[in-house]
Amino acid sequence: METINFWELWGGVAYRFWPVWVGMAITYLLMRANRKHIGVFGHLLDSPVGVTGLMIVLFWLFTAVFADVVATFDPLEQFYRHRRKPPGMVELESMIPMYFGSDNLGRDLFSRMVYGSRFVLLIAPSATLVAFIVGITLGLPAGYKGGRTDSILSFIANMILSFPVIVLFYLLVTPGIRETALPNVMASVFFMFPIVFALTVLRSRFSERPGLLFPWSVIILILGGWLYSGVVFNSDPLGLISMDPNELNIFAAVVFASSPGVFRIVRGLTMDIKTRDYVAAAQTRGETPWYIMLWEILPNARGPLIVDACLRIGYTTILLGTLGFFGLGLAPESPDWGSMINQTRGFIRLVPTIVLPQTIALASFVLGLNLLADGLREESLKD
Amino acid sequence: MLRFILQRTFIMVLTMLALSLVVFTLVNLEPNLRKLALEQNNNRMSQEAVDSWLDKNGYRRPFVVQYGEWLGGVLTGDLGYSTRFRMPVNEVLPKRLGYTGILAFWVLVTMVPSALLIGILSGMREGTALDRILSIFSVATTATPEYVSGILFTVIFASMLGWFKGVSNVNNITFENFTLPVMTMSIYGMGYIARMTRASMSEVMTSQYVRTAHLKGLPFRSVVLKHALRNALIAPFTVILLQFPWLLTGVVIVEKIFNYKGFGWALVEAAENNDIHLLLACSLVSVVVVIGTQLISDVGYAYLNPRIRVES
Amino acid sequence: MTEPILEINNLSVSFFTRHGEIPAVMDFSMSVHAGEAMGLVGESGCGKSTVALAIMRYLGGNGRITKGSIRFRGREMTDMTGAELRELRGSQISMIYQEPMASLNPAMRVGLQLMEVPLSHEYISKNEAKQRSLEMLESVRLPDPERIFRSYPHQISGGQQQRIVIAMALLSQPDLLLLDEPTTALDVTVEAGIVELVRELGRKFGTSMLFVSHNLGLILETCDRITVMYSGEAVESGPIKDVFRKMQHPYTQGLLRSIPLPGTDKSAHPLIPIRGQLPLPHERPQGCNFGPRCNHFQSALCDVNAVPMISVNEREHFSRCLRVPEIDWNAPPESSAKSAPMEIGKTILAVRNLSKHYDVSANNLFASGKAGTVKANENITFEAKKGEIVAIVGESGCGKSTLAKILLGLEQASEGSADFEGVDLANIPVESRNVKTVGHLQIVFQNPFDTLNPSHTIGNQIVRALEKFGVGKTPDERRELMLELLDLVKLPREFERRVPRQLSGGQKQRVGIARAFAGKPALVVADEPVSALDVSVQAAITELLTDIQREEQTTLLFISHDLSMVRYLADRVIVMYLGRIVEHGTADEVFSPPYHPYTEALLSAVPIPDPDIKKQHIILEGDIPSALNPPSGCSFHTRCHRKIEGLCEIEIPPQKTLSSEHNILCHLSEETLQSMTSVFRIEKNENKDSFLHDNNK
Repeated sequence: METINFWELWGGVAYRFWPVWVGMAITYLLMRANRKHIGVFGHLLDSPVGVTGLMIVLFWLFTAVFADVVATFDPLEQFYRHRRKPPGMVELESMIPMYFGSDNLGRDLFSRMVYGSRFVLLIAPSATLVAFIVGITLGLPAGYKGGRTDSILSFIANMILSFPVIVLFYLLVTPGIRETALPNVMASVFFMFPIVFALTVLRSRFSERPGLLFPWSVIILILGGWLYSGVVFNSDPLGLISMDPNELNIFAAVVFASSPGVFRIVRGLTMDIKTRDYVAAAQTRGETPWYIMLWEILPNARGPLIVDACLRIGYTTILLGTLGFFGLGLAPESPDWGSMINQTRGFIRLVPTIVLPQTIALASFVLGLNLLADGLREESLKD
Repeated sequence: MLRFILQRTFIMVLTMLALSLVVFTLVNLEPNLRKLALEQNNNRMSQEAVDSWLDKNGYRRPFVVQYGEWLGGVLTGDLGYSTRFRMPVNEVLPKRLGYTGILAFWVLVTMVPSALLIGILSGMREGTALDRILSIFSVATTATPEYVSGILFTVIFASMLGWFKGVSNVNNITFENFTLPVMTMSIYGMGYIARMTRASMSEVMTSQYVRTAHLKGLPFRSVVLKHALRNALIAPFTVILLQFPWLLTGVVIVEKIFNYKGFGWALVEAAENNDIHLLLACSLVSVVVVIGTQLISDVGYAYLNPRIRVES
Repeated sequence: MTEPILEINNLSVSFFTRHGEIPAVMDFSMSVHAGEAMGLVGESGCGKSTVALAIMRYLGGNGRITKGSIRFRGREMTDMTGAELRELRGSQISMIYQEPMASLNPAMRVGLQLMEVPLSHEYISKNEAKQRSLEMLESVRLPDPERIFRSYPHQISGGQQQRIVIAMALLSQPDLLLLDEPTTALDVTVEAGIVELVRELGRKFGTSMLFVSHNLGLILETCDRITVMYSGEAVESGPIKDVFRKMQHPYTQGLLRSIPLPGTDKSAHPLIPIRGQLPLPHERPQGCNFGPRCNHFQSALCDVNAVPMISVNEREHFSRCLRVPEIDWNAPPESSAKSAPMEIGKTILAVRNLSKHYDVSANNLFASGKAGTVKANENITFEAKKGEIVAIVGESGCGKSTLAKILLGLEQASEGSADFEGVDLANIPVESRNVKTVGHLQIVFQNPFDTLNPSHTIGNQIVRALEKFGVGKTPDERRELMLELLDLVKLPREFERRVPRQLSGGQKQRVGIARAFAGKPALVVADEPVSALDVSVQAAITELLTDIQREEQTTLLFISHDLSMVRYLADRVIVMYLGRIVEHGTADEVFSPPYHPYTEALLSAVPIPDPDIKKQHIILEGDIPSALNPPSGCSFHTRCHRKIEGLCEIEIPPQKTLSSEHNILCHLSEETLQSMTSVFRIEKNENKDSFLHDNNK
């Protein structure tokens, strides 16, 4: 068996990531140059903790983008002769080293780890975004109006929150569920929120100016409807947008599980901000409740919400890992970090290193997000 | 006070009803029932055989009837029959809960004091080297879920060092095989509680009444112990109790990693085999635990915080 | 003279932040002698509290003494160890703080917090400590010391909390007492009681005091000597009467001229604001810090070197001004253009029998949800005419803000009517009002830091108001109108693109005024528009507000607790107490006898920064009762100094008409009312000529 030494291994790995390094450097330099114009992200560059977090997150972001360039093998290709090999072993046909070794089916762990970032970076941020829109759309009126709206919405949110996540996923993310219409129904409800949200934002601001309101509403409806039909019903007339049924299933379940948390935060922030005089000023000039919620309150809640979004993307990553770990919802060969951990953990005794790439990848990404959130919080408090 | 507890209990019952309905609907979906039938008989059963088995065992009766039957049973203390374990749920559940109770006990005993200590030490004097080190530790642990840390600990402490065992046994709990599951769970929760404690502590340390205490001429020790500590612990107290829903998920993961056959393991078994009654019972237990701890947290909060307590 | 208790020489304090070193106090010298009260006065950010905390050597993590010395009883404090400091703190030097609620530990009984002081400084038993604490609670005149001793801080009122803080500070009979704005968070009538107490206890125990405040009147009433601070430096110091009568620094003079005094009014003696604004610590000018705002500024002299403190006479009177001998300190102020009194038009707002009751369910975990009713407004009747300034005066909880909310449509009245331009507003929420009504009835808020949305630019916020009021047809037209509004409130047009964070408090308040006047309002409610601003800025904002009001013929409903300001501005005055109007009349009628006893007490409680005005001494007992549980009969009877036993606590007093427009709500007989004398008495003094506000006579 041919192997490469320690320096060749890490040198090689560092070299494979070259597009990632370039991407990180360009982003950092761009941020430095425009630090005055990017608000709290500009201040972030003053905080070592924040910069560290940002760099880790950017690392995985660019890895996901350039996975095709970075990876050395097809993540699904099985080399029967090289099963459960330690790091640094060279695949004999192509003479390409399997930097991090191979798994129990002889697949290259390095390439699987690199491709695994794609799944996480596709689902976690977008599911969090949708969860935020759902949470904001419901949390604003609950906090602003109070009363019955608040009682009902809070009861539902607390109910979902008091349900152990794992039971929820065992019930919602199964092949059986996918045979029913449930995931599509859930997704169709959740994806309705962004469209409704965008229309409300427009309408509340420009109700006095129909010349702006009308064309923009049409644009949103067309764009939103197109995305909606593609993502939810897999029936994009142009055939550009589509989503795997099992990914849609996971997506809907993750949004369902994390929007109550967003709801609670938005509700609390709204209750705090609505006591400010500028809200009273808006009321005394006769603004509609939705204008006040969306244009007076929401912009001032953005600081804590951005911080929470970072933490929540991290939490969603952990959640996705949990799904993979329990073998829920994803194809068995899927190169996501959670499934990889689950598939390799039985072989720790034989090859202890077999679990390291995916576990460290997952933990480092979440750590990066947490550090980023810490940095953002620290810097936004300093002003 | 009594009114408040009654109100909370009412909400708990309402939540349990709503959730049991949801769970009941989901487990009675056609694909899940088929799964149950196949699991209970044999995997090569024909469609007709599945249908007749489901008919025979009453799974095809109207939803309301089935749910009513189950609810009636629950109200009389009968949680139903576990198809996976082939015995009444009332016999399966208490035993498994007991095992998990032992685990949870040790987790809390190790996690809470260390988390509070870390939080207080780092929040006491913000910005010092000690604070930075402890803060990094806390962030790192919150970023490492149990299925990562559990496996890493196994690699390090079981495979490489050989100090502990990577598998636990409910019937033979020893230091050797019980340390890793406890450690895995308590370290993941520790970071979060420590961060909350630190935030609360550092806020209290900059408050005006702590300044008053300093300027009374009290030594630093008694400023911290007599004035800061009690006020600083109010917030983390609620956090610790609200950790319980998380603890449940953690239990499921850890029990799976270390093959510890407690409540979490039973829950996974029930879910994977569509064991309707056991799954419902597990959900109910979870809700009771979650809402019960919320209740305790509210009452305890009021006890710790005289501003709320004495107004009655 | 004997050695001073406290002697500060050339003290400099800096805070070290990520923006580098920020000097907070520079070259500060001061001494306090035994038994003496020294006043330290200045506006926010001038460094006065930093001086007090530096004496305590408690500057937080990033504050440091960079230069100079602090000597306490001859001992150098700047290099003391932690243990030595602990010994001094609380036993020889103690401190009273601005916010009593925040200064007491919420989770610890008051008694324990008191006992800690002697227990940690003297070797005495717990019983003895308890005894001493109880005695001290009695000497700060708290009712039922035993009960207070067992209470938690939140169970007692703000005034009582401050008395506890005072008791705590005096327990080990310190030589020096530092008071950091001890009454700023309290109502005027409560403040008067605390001030009285502090003065009396200071005399009784022979304690030296350092009284830090922004309120010149308060310092005049309590102190023997005064140090005026501006932007980190002491600018003038000396015996209190010398400084007030013969000030030797342009800033002190400017400060005094920007405060209204009793007997002045807006038409005859306009206030003279200090122009410009306080410099930020890292933007201080070269040379004299006050230079850019000073009327006596001379370039090539004042903007060259740092200015030292110069002795101006033999009585320890110092000034940090290079031009002391050249300035004619008695010259009348320049821009005192008098304006003719406004013509009052027809009635535009008529409020009749307006009441607002809130049902309060005790929303609390442990209370059994028993509901009470708060009568926030009870039977309010008054009118406001076009072009008039009507002031509503009262302390916290009197219902003045609730009244404003009802008029603006943020709350609905329980009973009664409020007729505005032919519409009854009492029960129409703002959402249901038409554009015209909304634009014609606007508000200027109290807190400048809260009144503008931090996320939008100044320009956009004003344009949005124009849009909602239906003013201007196209976006371009509205932008032009917005720029004109900025001109109107004397802000540069570049401010269009600024966000509120980049503006000072006064500038924000100007934007708030511009926004309120966007719809050409007929009535503007000004809810304490200047009370959160610094004294030197207050005058400028007040002038701006009244100028615009005069120009636009707007009616102004001026809500305030500041009687001097009300006396200065208002045509008519309404005095409220616990939801009711207790006195109502023209300004002249309300501010001269006969008074309602509450008005009388309020007038006597207001500290006046003029050594020639003597006041009657009326101190009200206790605190303002809770609106949830108001006293029976006349709600003022619990604190009234003219209470008639057996009548006031039983019957609600009748409305007495004293003249066509002057009404009071009181049981006092006609003779008693007629025999009242004025609260104020001007003492003629040989120095009278030098006093600024009489220069115009």
